[in-house]
Amino acid sequence: MLPLADISTNIGSLPLKNPTMLASGIMDEDAGSMKRIIKCGAGAIVTKSIGLQPREGYPNPTLIELEYGILNAMGLPNPGIDEFGEEILQLKKSKTPIIGSIYGANAKEFIELGQKMEDYGVSAIELNLSCPHAKRYGLEVGSDPKLIQIITSSVKVNVKIPVFVKLSPNATNISEIAKAAESGNADAIVAINSVKAMKIDLDLKRPILSNKIGGYSGRAIKPIGVRCVYEIAEHVDIPIIGVGGILSGEDAIEYMMAGASAIQIGAGVYYRELDIFKKIKKEIEQWMDKHSYKKISDIVGVAHL
Amino acid sequence: MNIPKITKILEVKNEVKDIKTITFNHPEGVDPGQFFMIWIPGVDEIPMSVSYIDKDVKGITFRKVGDATSALYKLKKEDRIGIRGPYGNGFELQGNHILFVGGGTGVATLAPAVEYVVKNKSSATVIIGAKTKNELFFEDRLEKCGVTILISTDDGSKGFKGSATDLAQDILKKENFDSVLTCGPEVMMKILLDSTTIPFQASLERYMKCAIGLCGQCCIGEGLRVCIDGPIFDGKTLKNIQDFGVYRRDSAGRKVRF
Ligand SMILES: Cc1cc2nc3c(=O)[nH]c(=O)nc-3n(C[C@H](O)[C@H](O)[C@H](O)COP(=O)(O)OP(=O)(O)OC[C@H]3O[C@@H](n4cnc5c(N)ncnc54)[C@H](O)[C@@H]3O)c2cc1C
Ligand SMILES: Cc1cc2nc3c(=O)[nH]c(=O)nc-3n(C[C@H](O)[C@H](O)[C@H](O)COP(=O)(O)O)c2cc1C
Ligand code: FES
Repeated sequence: MLPLADISTNIGSLPLKNPTMLASGIMDEDAGSMKRIIKCGAGAIVTKSIGLQPREGYPNPTLIELEYGILNAMGLPNPGIDEFGEEILQLKKSKTPIIGSIYGANAKEFIELGQKMEDYGVSAIELNLSCPHAKRYGLEVGSDPKLIQIITSSVKVNVKIPVFVKLSPNATNISEIAKAAESGNADAIVAINSVKAMKIDLDLKRPILSNKIGGYSGRAIKPIGVRCVYEIAEHVDIPIIGVGGILSGEDAIEYMMAGASAIQIGAGVYYRELDIFKKIKKEIEQWMDKHSYKKISDIVGVAHL
Repeated sequence: MNIPKITKILEVKNEVKDIKTITFNHPEGVDPGQFFMIWIPGVDEIPMSVSYIDKDVKGITFRKVGDATSALYKLKKEDRIGIRGPYGNGFELQGNHILFVGGGTGVATLAPAVEYVVKNKSSATVIIGAKTKNELFFEDRLEKCGVTILISTDDGSKGFKGSATDLAQDILKKENFDSVLTCGPEVMMKILLDSTTIPFQASLERYMKCAIGLCGQCCIGEGLRVCIDGPIFDGKTLKNIQDFGVYRRDSAGRKVRF
């Protein structure tokens, strides 16, 4: 039987054929990898976070598997915005939206990066204001509401495409920060980035990651992500994109009920292979058919009582 | 679970100048062509092909080229390292008569495959290529298993004077093989691929971080992950990968031409 449910969705003015997006930092540092993920059914691709200068990232170990998730401190490796242009240009013909993720230390850097991404032809920009482990970037920028508002509004007035703001669960005041992004005219909120965490090896008596502290993702962080999306939805009117521990269609539905119009998948690529996008799409359709939902927007936010 | 397991080095063996073999306990199965991530605590974690496969013991053989391999080179019996893996696909070892072409430390990756093939009653010819005589290793080990060994050195100090590829092209004209398996400098492997029509497999090296297919650091072509879809690729696949023999990427994801 053909599914009755329509799983297309919108993030503000950006239409998506389906709500599954590739999260930043997973198989998205070169054009070839992004093409493969598009073939695996993703509704949109978010690129690796790109800065002004090339960055090698931290020495290995940079990523390990724990019982209930993945711990990483890659250290924002990226080829720099100028060299990255070549990768985006190769995706010009793609019908699937490409969203350029960028990180910077201040508004000026974010503006330059945003303008370059727009010139390369991306459909939207995601401001990574939430990397849990890169000094000077991410959290240090992303837990100050005033700074978030300034950065968001500065990028907004300098580009025409939609601007999403990705937030950290490590800040204590996530809804206040989301409100600051909204008042800076953000088009959507993305939540959450990975959760600060650590793993110590008992034999060697030392943290395993070279950076010591990393960001936790996967199954373990889903309840944290769902809570963040729920809280943000109570405080802002712009669309929310849910991320964190989504491994199945039901996980995606849970985020939608909390208030997400679309979802992103990171660690899930490890647990359910690259075609997790196709799998989750199908599971969302099946769930909607079974529960007589015809469109995504009917589910978004239903858990707010 | 993909997390380094701490183990003590069982044995350290000097092969030739700058090349050592380290063995450690690892009772789980490993296939020829697969690799481990080796953690040298406080320094780095790097990919290394399995070079010895015994029931309970496995080994790696490496050349000192930079920080991590120099630190590994200094370690002694009983020192602790972290191991995770094995990773990757390994060689497909079929055919009655196989040509192996190893350049430099590539011979370390091929050695367990040669031993496997011989154990399964196939015959093999192994070309070992090096810059000069003093850099040749594993000759005795492979001789013991009864395969034909041919040596090439760039300076002609032993065997054929020239590259392993030149020698392989010569042999392929004279003799019929069911397949060619190679590991060595990528430009060399590309020349070999372009000069033969028989089934072909090559072991590739790319900068690796996660080794479990998430970070995208090791990708070639259209999203092929060397850590999972490789490191062994067949000739048909390689012909469609524009990176092969042309460029790799550094730790920042920048293209570096060979
Ligand atoms: C699947 C695979 C199997 C390998 N098997 C062997 C082997 O059996 N024997 C052997 O001697 N070498 C092998 N190598 C190469 C080995 O990993 C590098 O020589 C080693 O990482 C160098 O580290 P370094 O810090 O000493 O040198 P550096 O000075 O840091 O680098 C020297 C070279 O090694 C590369 N390199 C550094 N770190 C990594 C990394 N994390 N992943 C991949 N390349 C890296 C650099 O790009 C550079 O080209 C293999 C590589 C791969 C990908
Ligand atoms: C290997 C890895 C690299 C990541 N790199 C980035 C990055 O560059 N920028 C970013 O905004 N988030 C990055 N993240 C965070 C993810 O985009 C995502 O927010 C987080 O992993 C939670 O989702 P998940 O549980 O589905 O993985 C990375 C995550 C992982 C596992
Ligand atoms: S090393 Fe991370 S995907 Fe291969």
